[in-house]
Amino acid sequence: MPFQILLNLLIAFVWMFLNNSWAANTFIAGYLIGLGLIFLLRRFIPTPFYLKKLWAILALILLFLKELILSNFAVMKLILQPKLTMKPGIIALPTELTRDWEISTLACLITLTPGTVTVDLSLEGDVLYIHAMDIQDAEEVIAQIKNTFEKAILEVSR
Amino acid sequence: MNINEITSWIVSFLILVGSLLSLLSAFGILRLPDVYTRSHAATKAATLGVICILSGAFLYFWVFQGYVSARLLLGILFVFVTAPVAGHLICRAAYRSKVPLWEKSVQDDLKKVLTKEDYQHQAEN
Repeated sequence: MPFQILLNLLIAFVWMFLNNSWAANTFIAGYLIGLGLIFLLRRFIPTPFYLKKLWAILALILLFLKELILSNFAVMKLILQPKLTMKPGIIALPTELTRDWEISTLACLITLTPGTVTVDLSLEGDVLYIHAMDIQDAEEVIAQIKNTFEKAILEVSR
Repeated sequence: MNINEITSWIVSFLILVGSLLSLLSAFGILRLPDVYTRSHAATKAATLGVICILSGAFLYFWVFQGYVSARLLLGILFVFVTAPVAGHLICRAAYRSKVPLWEKSVQDDLKKVLTKEDYQHQAEN
């Protein structure tokens, strides 16, 4: 992805040289032309077209915000109940992610989801231990996290 | 309604919501029974509260004074990134120094794993 962005910038600068104009407008026009060229020649570049990845990153950020707001409502509800009826506990969550930044992003996302906080990570880095505020069904919590967050992070990294 | 009026409504809404969330997270820290459940309240509600207040201030200075404050934006970003990490580290430190869970907790998968790790560590030394 960095290679494609650099290539795109290079095409934009070549466009500016060809036009002999150094305004922001020319740069934007050149950048758009470069985007089109890279899209046409995407077969010759081993990694997928980079706008796709940019879109996945944007989706991840939006997911972050959405989960933050939802988790606030969940916590509010628990705090304002007259009696504390929740069943907290620590559950193990096996993960398929391997690289360090993927795992730390997942841990941050889990901390900002409704009712879960990451407590610890196993030595091998393949199991996350999360403290859940209200365990109704541990399997269900795990499946939900796997389906939404792990998928979104995998979209970005592969 | 002109644009100034609309933004003043949005700004006051954001700041009100932010301070309410901070208040509720303070209630949560008082009410909840143990370190781990308290950290839920502290990480989530306080984060969103601070972010709401900062974005309200950003919007206010942008619309009424014509001043775009990049520092407020950076502040929002930093709070957003660092708060969950702080919550995680406090939880982890508490667990490692054997702070007990609440009596009504139902499940503890970490216990057996951690004792095994400790034994390995002792065997190595």
